[in-house]
Amino acid sequence: MSEDQKKDTPEQADFRAYCRDWLSKHETKTPSSRLPQSAIEIMHTDQMEYLREWQYEAYQAGLVGCDYPVEEGGAGRKDCQLIANQEMQAANKPFLPNILGLGMAAPTIHFHGKQGVKENLLPRLFSCEDVWCQGFSEPGAGSDLANVQTFAEKKGDKWVINGHKVWTSLAHFADWMILLLRTDKSEKYDGLSYFVVPIKSELGKSVEVRPLIKITGETGFNEVFFENLEVTEDYLLEDLGKGWQVAQTTLLHERGAGPMVTPSSGGATSGGSGNQEGLSVGGAYSLINLAKASPRNGRTAADDPVMRDKIMEMIIRQEGSKQGARRARVEGLCDHPMRIPLQSKLVMSEIRQDCGALAMEIEGAASTLYINDENAPVGGEWPLAYMNSYGVTIAAGTSEIQRNILGERVLGMAKSK
Amino acid sequence: MTQPKNFAFGEDEKMLRDTARKFLEDNLPTDKLHKLVASNPDLYREPESIWDRDLWQQIVELGWTTVIVPEENGGMGMSLVALTALVEESGRAALPSPFLVTANSSLVLRECSAAAGGRLLEEIAGGKTASLAITPKTGSWTHDDCDVALEGGTLNGTAWFVQEARKVDSFIVKAESSKGIALYEVPAQATGVEIVPDTIVDLTRDQAHINFNQVKVSSDQLLAEAGEGSAALSRAEPGLLTLVAADMCGAAEWQLQTTVEYARVREQFNRQIGFFQAIKHPLVNVMIMVDHAKSLTYNAACAYDTEPEHAEKFARMAKSRASDVAAYASNRSIQFHGGIGFTWECFVHLYTKRQKHNQILYGDASYQRAKLADILMGPMAA
Ligand SMILES: Cc1cc2nc3c(=O)[nH]c(=O)nc-3n(C[C@H](O)[C@H](O)[C@H](O)COP(=O)(O)OP(=O)(O)OC[C@H]3O[C@@H](n4cnc5c(N)ncnc54)[C@H](O)[C@@H]3O)c2cc1C
Repeated sequence: MSEDQKKDTPEQADFRAYCRDWLSKHETKTPSSRLPQSAIEIMHTDQMEYLREWQYEAYQAGLVGCDYPVEEGGAGRKDCQLIANQEMQAANKPFLPNILGLGMAAPTIHFHGKQGVKENLLPRLFSCEDVWCQGFSEPGAGSDLANVQTFAEKKGDKWVINGHKVWTSLAHFADWMILLLRTDKSEKYDGLSYFVVPIKSELGKSVEVRPLIKITGETGFNEVFFENLEVTEDYLLEDLGKGWQVAQTTLLHERGAGPMVTPSSGGATSGGSGNQEGLSVGGAYSLINLAKASPRNGRTAADDPVMRDKIMEMIIRQEGSKQGARRARVEGLCDHPMRIPLQSKLVMSEIRQDCGALAMEIEGAASTLYINDENAPVGGEWPLAYMNSYGVTIAAGTSEIQRNILGERVLGMAKSK
Repeated sequence: MTQPKNFAFGEDEKMLRDTARKFLEDNLPTDKLHKLVASNPDLYREPESIWDRDLWQQIVELGWTTVIVPEENGGMGMSLVALTALVEESGRAALPSPFLVTANSSLVLRECSAAAGGRLLEEIAGGKTASLAITPKTGSWTHDDCDVALEGGTLNGTAWFVQEARKVDSFIVKAESSKGIALYEVPAQATGVEIVPDTIVDLTRDQAHINFNQVKVSSDQLLAEAGEGSAALSRAEPGLLTLVAADMCGAAEWQLQTTVEYARVREQFNRQIGFFQAIKHPLVNVMIMVDHAKSLTYNAACAYDTEPEHAEKFARMAKSRASDVAAYASNRSIQFHGGIGFTWECFVHLYTKRQKHNQILYGDASYQRAKLADILMGPMAA
């Protein structure tokens, strides 16, 4: 029995067996081109179509959205998404592309949307017939998110939206957007409202999407401009002026600390199959094989005591975070209920970044070689992973903002605003 | 084997831990501890062994020393997880006592097959205290390194860095004979035993080196036969590492909470100093590290109880991370108290000193990582 299996309730155990069976029969097709390392770096239509098909199949099989009510397109199970995630990861399936929909839009709509909106939009979100994006950040509103200026004005029974969003991941594929905007200019927080709005159907009319290029050379995020986009009040979540409270649900889930478990199938990417046997871009443990394969000072990096020390430190940090997630579920061993959950995004993103930096140090001279160089270790995926890690320490509330939140909400030190 | 999801930390363990926490909060608040152990700041003071014997008597009555003793030896036969929770609390209180060393002794005795091992465990369950005399002058933690010789039933030589030597009734002595390493029980009062106190930094402990001058030992003191001592110590070692890590986790949580509290009351530039991110963010980093160390420590304890094949690996992770947080929490706790933090009168130095001692005990952070690398990566090419 696996470690995870031993903890299952009867419902979970049955469901796990079902997942295993389905996954063992499900054939993963070979992608026609290299896949990116995560969903927010999907650039091309062929990548998106390949991944969309996988999500569709996983949803049809009941492995995506399992814990949501049946009316909302879910499977109406209890605590089963985690099981599906574990099994999809163990089966080394590709990642799910509709990550902003699954991770942020779905829980927010579930907790705050009108019944009709939930029933219309959520099934298509889970199946990936509709791709979603998140329109929060603006040029003048990043860490200070409540400063958003995109404005909705009521005209007749319609809301008319004008403004400019930026860093909007997946907007270039998106059918829908969760949108934080302003309906009252006199109140910073209470002047915010939360809508869901169509994107794709409005392109070339009231919505324009312009791609931005990342430091890696990849695309994946965009600027989005609204010029008189009209929506009905059905698409307002909660009451007018409650946008900031609704946004907290989104942010909590974005940081992995919300009540709904985000469907996730891990991430077999092209990088996972690299050009060297047994090597892949993964967590800290994957550094061991990398070190054994990397020459250093006449031996290998695995025979260098300094590199060994650094690798062990990474592994210990990663294991600490894993055991922390386990301890967070044992009430008697936690003095403050949010103390560990609120750390998870910060810790995971910094481990990933330091892991990438260490992988490049292990590779040595060869770490100068990038994607597309035939001599690059692991296909040049580690330098790419290292650079992409900044996306994670910046997006979803920067590491500095996470430390403010922890210092203030958990440790009770004076607020910085 | 696999571990239970909750680290086997159930209602019984929680009750034991909560009672211990309350007991120490009531009976050894930090101001009382400071009065007890820090009354004499003299740089040239004689080495001291200061502790509250009445408090210890109550602790024995509460049963802490019987927790890990098997039921057949008159103990509670509970898990290392339960003991870990108690040690974490004693670390939080920086308790000066023979608790940790007696617990360590019990772990070693549980691995000893000779009859005297069971007898000594029974005596420990009845209130006797013991400490390990297993370290040579080099400070090597390798079980084969030894400065005490066994020949013709007589011990000669010196055991170094013996913890709480002046608080305990008996020592578990590692001795080398031509047939290998043996373990013997030697009472502190035995003829030929000379306890030479060390002057140490930590005010909450005492330490000594012990000279053995023609000390006679008999078969009813034999714990592990010559050739079996190292293996017994090796099997107990993950437990010893876990318990020291637990002490550091408790102490680091005290350092975190105490420094956060100061950052919430001390004002400069018309603001609480915790407003400044140069204070706030490092304290968050301390918290994250404490949480990792604590999670790793309970994982190590649970592994010791339920999956011995992984015990050493997880124990080294825990000891390494806990040593790192001990160093970092100590550093920030003094710095963030400013001038007052640099005074004898402020409590933080008591914990900084205990933590430094803990970091070294049974091997520091980088030593643990080197050992872990041997497990996970295999030995280094020559
Ligand atoms: C890869 C990627 C994908 C993204 N995807 C999306 C998306 O899909 N939708 C969306 O809405 N947004 C998205 N974002 C935007 C992201 O949420 C913002 O970049 C982020 O919130 C930071 O805002 P900013 O870029 O304006 O930086 P700023 O807020 O200007 O920050 C600049 C620097 O100042 C620091 N700083 C700011 N305030 C404080 C403070 N109070 N204390 C200490 N330091 C502070 C920050 O930590 C940072 O280091 C994405 C970003 C990236 C990198």
